[in-house]
Amino acid sequence: MQQEALKAIIMELFPAITFEEGGEWLTMQIAPADWKPFAKILRNAKGLECDYLFCLTCIDWKTHLTMVYHLTSTIHRHSFVVKAKLDRNTPEIETVCDIWRTAEFHEREVYELFGVKFLNHPDLRRLILTDDFEGFPLRKDFEDPVNMIRL
Amino acid sequence: MIEEVATTAEGDLVINIGPQHPSTHGVLHLVVTLKGETIRKVEPHLGYIHRSIEKMCESLTYRQFIYVTSRMDYLSAHINNHGCAMCVEKGLQLEVPARAQVIRVLMDELTRIASHELWWGALSMDLGAFTPFFHAFRERETINDIMEETCGARLTMNYMVPGGVMYDLHPDFQRRVKEFLKLYKLKIGEYDDLITGNVIFQNRMKSVGILSKEDAISYGCSGPVARGSGVSCDIRKLYPYEVYDKVSFDEVLETNGDSFSRYLVRLREMNQSIRIVEQLIDNIPEGEFQAKTKAVLKLPKGEFYTRVETARGELGIYIVSEGGTTPYRIKFRSPGFSNLSALDHMVRGSKIGDLVATMGTLDLVIPDIDR
Repeated sequence: MQQEALKAIIMELFPAITFEEGGEWLTMQIAPADWKPFAKILRNAKGLECDYLFCLTCIDWKTHLTMVYHLTSTIHRHSFVVKAKLDRNTPEIETVCDIWRTAEFHEREVYELFGVKFLNHPDLRRLILTDDFEGFPLRKDFEDPVNMIRL
Repeated sequence: MIEEVATTAEGDLVINIGPQHPSTHGVLHLVVTLKGETIRKVEPHLGYIHRSIEKMCESLTYRQFIYVTSRMDYLSAHINNHGCAMCVEKGLQLEVPARAQVIRVLMDELTRIASHELWWGALSMDLGAFTPFFHAFRERETINDIMEETCGARLTMNYMVPGGVMYDLHPDFQRRVKEFLKLYKLKIGEYDDLITGNVIFQNRMKSVGILSKEDAISYGCSGPVARGSGVSCDIRKLYPYEVYDKVSFDEVLETNGDSFSRYLVRLREMNQSIRIVEQLIDNIPEGEFQAKTKAVLKLPKGEFYTRVETARGELGIYIVSEGGTTPYRIKFRSPGFSNLSALDHMVRGSKIGDLVATMGTLDLVIPDIDR
């Protein structure tokens, strides 16, 4: 019931969105170019007010990458999942670290482990890996020459 | 340990704290830019203990990967395991027996007390008081001994499995926990006497490392760090799991947002954990301690997310399954990672001496941040 009401609000504010069925929370698919304006709506629109980004990650589907954002509202207590499909060879998406400050760290992590470039990020540097590390460890085709576990 | 001294173009001093510095409690490397004694900027450098647990889990089965997660936040190993077991159960739509649920909550709360004890001792030591460390460890050892008797391990317990817990409780468990509760109630007053009211301690903690409510939310802070800023975020209250909705306890909130608030939140949280343990210790239902499961677990295709409240905050486990025996992708949203992202904001403009006090109240566990 609550999900249907939220769906209606979002449809009205941002029609260029597709909903995914199933899942615990309302899940949405969005084109990478639309992400930044949509993020602003999610953060500020009355009735949505998603102020807490609790998980930001990426999934490598071998043919493409998917950015996954888990958002929740500390006012209304509803949660959303937003997914954006990225091209695997030139993955690029706008940063959201000016909307949710925690994204700055999370995006840097995704940048080095998946190679996703976050446009307009203030400080897109490596956070975990050494500067001379080659490859993106969490991509499916990455093979560690020394410590790979294979079962 | 100062490794190298450099200055920026504006004449600011750049120093490295860590990666092997006693007050970072692990291998955290901070590059601090200073103007005199005032902090201009703090840049954390991570990765000294990065094992890529997420990648490792992709090649481990749903039974095996839980053991790796004990090595993330080793002070809340039980709660990490608990979250992972719950996520697998969510995928399998498995009902956990009532006895196992109560055992899990008991173990979680004992872990939380043990973790906060260590934090309390270590924070006091960071601020120059050595005695509290021994007081804290006296109680912590008792909990570790109780854990060892039932789980066979003191730190990386690996006691929670999908469907319940690995073994039944040790016959002495109830007696020993009750003895511990009795002892603990005598000692908890000492904590306040020793540290909380101390003038030097209060001066170093009050109005230091302030984090406003809005910033705490924006930086994704959780656990005692966010609750010290007045953000209600206790997963046990908001999204109750197991038997947390059947026991009575309070969510501890402080509104000042300074280091002292975070200190008080953790100290009072220990009392709440004691309350939960007291309610459950005599009410452990009889019955199975583990649900019947297949030898090889296969999760249906889909995505599963669970949230649990560890001693440091909200741990999220995100499993993407393709229907096989191993996860396709797994993400651990660790509380320490988000809490650390707020450090720079919290200490900018304060004195370098306050950096250690602020970091102490964030309760960072580096393997949890690096994963």
